[in-house]
Amino acid sequence: MVVQHASPAHEHDAQHARQSWVRHYLLATDHKIICFQYMFTGMALAVVAGFFSYVFRMQMAFPGMNVPGWGLVTPAEYNMLVTNHGAIMIFWVAMPVLIAAFGNYLIPLMIGADDMVFPRVNRLSYQIFLLSVIILLVSFFVDGGGSAGAWTMYPPLMAKAQYSMTGTGSSVFLVAIALEFVAFLLGGINFVTTAMNARAPGMTYYDIPIVVWMIVIASILFMASVGPLIAGAVMMLFDQQLGTAFFDPDRGGDPILWQHLFWFFGHPEVYVVLLPAIGITAEIITVFSRKKLFAYKTVLNTAIGTGVLSFTVWAHHQFIAGIDPRMANIFTVTTLIISIPIAEMMFVYVATLYGGSITLATPMLWALGFIATFLIGGVTGIFLGASGADIYLHDTYFVLAHFHYTFFPIAIIGTYAGLTYWFPKMFGKQMNETLGKIHFWGTFIPFNCIFIPLFFTGMLGDHRRIFDYTYFPELSTPMLENLRAFATISLVVMLGFQLVFIYNFVTSLLWGEKAEKNPWHANTLEWTADSPPPHGNWAELPTVYRGPYEYSVPDRKDDFWPQNAKS
Amino acid sequence: MSAAASRPIATGRSATGMPTGRLAVWWVIASEIVIFGGLLGSYVMHRLAHDAFAQQAAHTNTWIGAFNTFVLLTSSLSAVLAHKAAEEGNGTKAARFLYYTMAGGVVFIVVKAFEWTSEIQHGFTISSNTFWSFYYTAAGIHAGHVIAGVVIMGIVAQAARKNLELQRVELIGLYWHFVDIVWIFLFPLLYIAK
Amino acid sequence: MIERWVPAISSYAADIDFIFDLIFWIVIAFWFLLVEGVFLWLILRFKKRAGVPAQYITGELASEKKWINYPHYLVLVCDVVILAVAIRVWYEVKQDVPPTDETVRIVGQQWAWSFVHAGADGRLDTPDDIRTVDDLHLQVGRTYEYKLESRDVLHSFSIPVFRLKQDAIPGRVVTGWFKPIKTGEHDIQCAEICGFGHALMPGRVLIETPEEHVAWITSHSPSGAGE
Repeated sequence: MVVQHASPAHEHDAQHARQSWVRHYLLATDHKIICFQYMFTGMALAVVAGFFSYVFRMQMAFPGMNVPGWGLVTPAEYNMLVTNHGAIMIFWVAMPVLIAAFGNYLIPLMIGADDMVFPRVNRLSYQIFLLSVIILLVSFFVDGGGSAGAWTMYPPLMAKAQYSMTGTGSSVFLVAIALEFVAFLLGGINFVTTAMNARAPGMTYYDIPIVVWMIVIASILFMASVGPLIAGAVMMLFDQQLGTAFFDPDRGGDPILWQHLFWFFGHPEVYVVLLPAIGITAEIITVFSRKKLFAYKTVLNTAIGTGVLSFTVWAHHQFIAGIDPRMANIFTVTTLIISIPIAEMMFVYVATLYGGSITLATPMLWALGFIATFLIGGVTGIFLGASGADIYLHDTYFVLAHFHYTFFPIAIIGTYAGLTYWFPKMFGKQMNETLGKIHFWGTFIPFNCIFIPLFFTGMLGDHRRIFDYTYFPELSTPMLENLRAFATISLVVMLGFQLVFIYNFVTSLLWGEKAEKNPWHANTLEWTADSPPPHGNWAELPTVYRGPYEYSVPDRKDDFWPQNAKS
Repeated sequence: MSAAASRPIATGRSATGMPTGRLAVWWVIASEIVIFGGLLGSYVMHRLAHDAFAQQAAHTNTWIGAFNTFVLLTSSLSAVLAHKAAEEGNGTKAARFLYYTMAGGVVFIVVKAFEWTSEIQHGFTISSNTFWSFYYTAAGIHAGHVIAGVVIMGIVAQAARKNLELQRVELIGLYWHFVDIVWIFLFPLLYIAK
Repeated sequence: MIERWVPAISSYAADIDFIFDLIFWIVIAFWFLLVEGVFLWLILRFKKRAGVPAQYITGELASEKKWINYPHYLVLVCDVVILAVAIRVWYEVKQDVPPTDETVRIVGQQWAWSFVHAGADGRLDTPDDIRTVDDLHLQVGRTYEYKLESRDVLHSFSIPVFRLKQDAIPGRVVTGWFKPIKTGEHDIQCAEICGFGHALMPGRVLIETPEEHVAWITSHSPSGAGE
């Protein structure tokens, strides 16, 4: 049966008029609504994980105190808090917000499509993700409480209830993780297929905005790396519940096998979350410096190179785990080599600023803040990748400070950068600039005040996952106690400033100044749709004539040149 | 409103030249390869490190394994014939061949059910030792994929019978071939290498 | 740098401190300051000014690319230097076990460290072995081989002043070595989360002069007098 369409948006709008609130929001297939579903779910869980960090840091800085909002923190609760803070931030905040939310919103709009190629699979992905969230939350309320053996879940501790004391919670947690993986596999297939096939006429591979490339490469990386961990999770679940002995050394199993399966995924995973954030940064710094991205192809090649190399470094998490010491030499080489494409990417971003005309609007502050802080994360990784140094630094707060200087820029700074930049498009309103700047500095400065001290506490010997350092005389010095307290107070201050963002977000949404189509004068296709775009995005889908970064082209009146402008 | 009318324009585009559905199924297969690859890789590493494995493997029934291999391969053949019929636009014929494939899948599962029952009654359970843990886990995850494949194939066949969504016949066929190939790796590892 | 706050008490601690310092000078003192400095300078230098448009630079020209390529190659050179030293230190600590004077057994479990000292005869697994919980007694200047075990889950034997860390794996014996070079008493940590009591298994390493050590052995020998 052939159906004539006057225009896609018209047809969809006619359908829409008949859609109830339930179908429009709850059972949405529109990629923009699904974005919001992922985004708000992820942000809600960020509040949970952030609250956990407040509780356990208060315990660490002031051992034995009655933490306001929680009470006394037992050693068991402490382990549960640190475990779930990490797991939630990675799997239920960073991934849904950076990949699923931004990916869902941006990919169709930036490639000139009216939706993802499989909207119903898209909806299913979110539903499975939501189920994983519910099951995760259930894990906190079962007998024994939530999983408490670190986000890395090493056996035999995690494989046997007699060791972990959280037999039920650990299994429920694993089911939640497995479902989350399935949700992202489905989502990733949608993203990759859409970006490969549904591009606007005229959009070659090199005309695709970098953020779309980054999300696609991240999805491919995820799909290529998660398989062994899914297998491992099934094996761990069976060890926990069916008495198998995959990881039980007493019965022929091998605990180190889990570590390999976990980190084979775990290392590419950090690049899975890094790439979207770095992509968002590229979009913002080009717009706010009015400059073409320096060496687009190089950025692409370094991203792909990093992705490929990321499969060769995993055992740097296991240098002293009891692997053959000769293997450590191989992995320290690969790990240091991966610093090269990442460094190159940083150089290219910095080079993009040269000769620019820079405006320090809130999104630009976040994007520049990302570069400034990720740089620290990157260089401190060298200490840990060098096997000889890692002997001392492994499992200390130096590691923790390193990965917070990578993860925080990725998950928090990257998110705020994307949100403040695309807010006008998403919601049709402008955010308040002054509040935006206050929020930025109120986050950025305290963030550094939390984690710079922790490099030092790590150097001085503070090891990880310790609820009370008073058991260790050499770690009970005034200097260490002061550093820990300073970091903790800074955390409380930083968390407080997030209220500024929430206030700004809500009031702008409700009463903000109306946003025009292209308030930032950017080139990419999403800025040619209405703010916010209707179902179907455009009445007429665009055609593309050039790349996304033609800013300040000489001898042109405007300093930007939209991709779909005929001349 | 038919399904085609509410489908986004994006779904019909093809910047790569490959239809979107086929592109997607290849990506699904790619991620599944890594899942099974991880599991089988772990199995091989364990096997190489522990001689006891080989002894335990002696207790699997090679004849049943061979029969099941034959069943799956034959069912893949009928999936190919279904695809050919779909290409010719003959939905009824395609559906019929898909039903034969589904029957093959069901026979596979039923035979496996008898096989496992017998093995469990002989005392070889999933927690007996690491070989049997791998055996049931790997073959079990594979069987789960067979069952899922049969269900999805049923849905595709129902539509194909009415000459609808014929492009999906090839796609479920691709998935079925993949499930087949996984078994072709499992069979020697679990049944032949003794 | 580490030795400013954490004394270097083993024979290889100074080498580990050296690789740490080397990395610091290369990646922090040089690279970080350089890149962050250039970055901040560019932000200030190229702030929007009325009438001054941005430049159109593709980054594809060789004259432009060289600004990326030269630093790029320098990073590679730095990596090679760091690797050479790091691998040498790793080899020294983890691969190249020198001739040892005595062996000590270290056992981790939920939630305590226990030790089996060789006793008066200097040989492990003989009747005069001395078993302790929490406290490891060593003689300064002696080269020890350690055999590290776990009774249940993963633990990790860590003595910051030695700069030593090694995971203990149930079902395996992991071998290593250390040589204390100064007397004193220091913390032993467990550096791998091992359940609720992970923070509740601190140990102490007591590095004694030969006289003190002999006295301790004599008073703690199981067959002789004392506890």
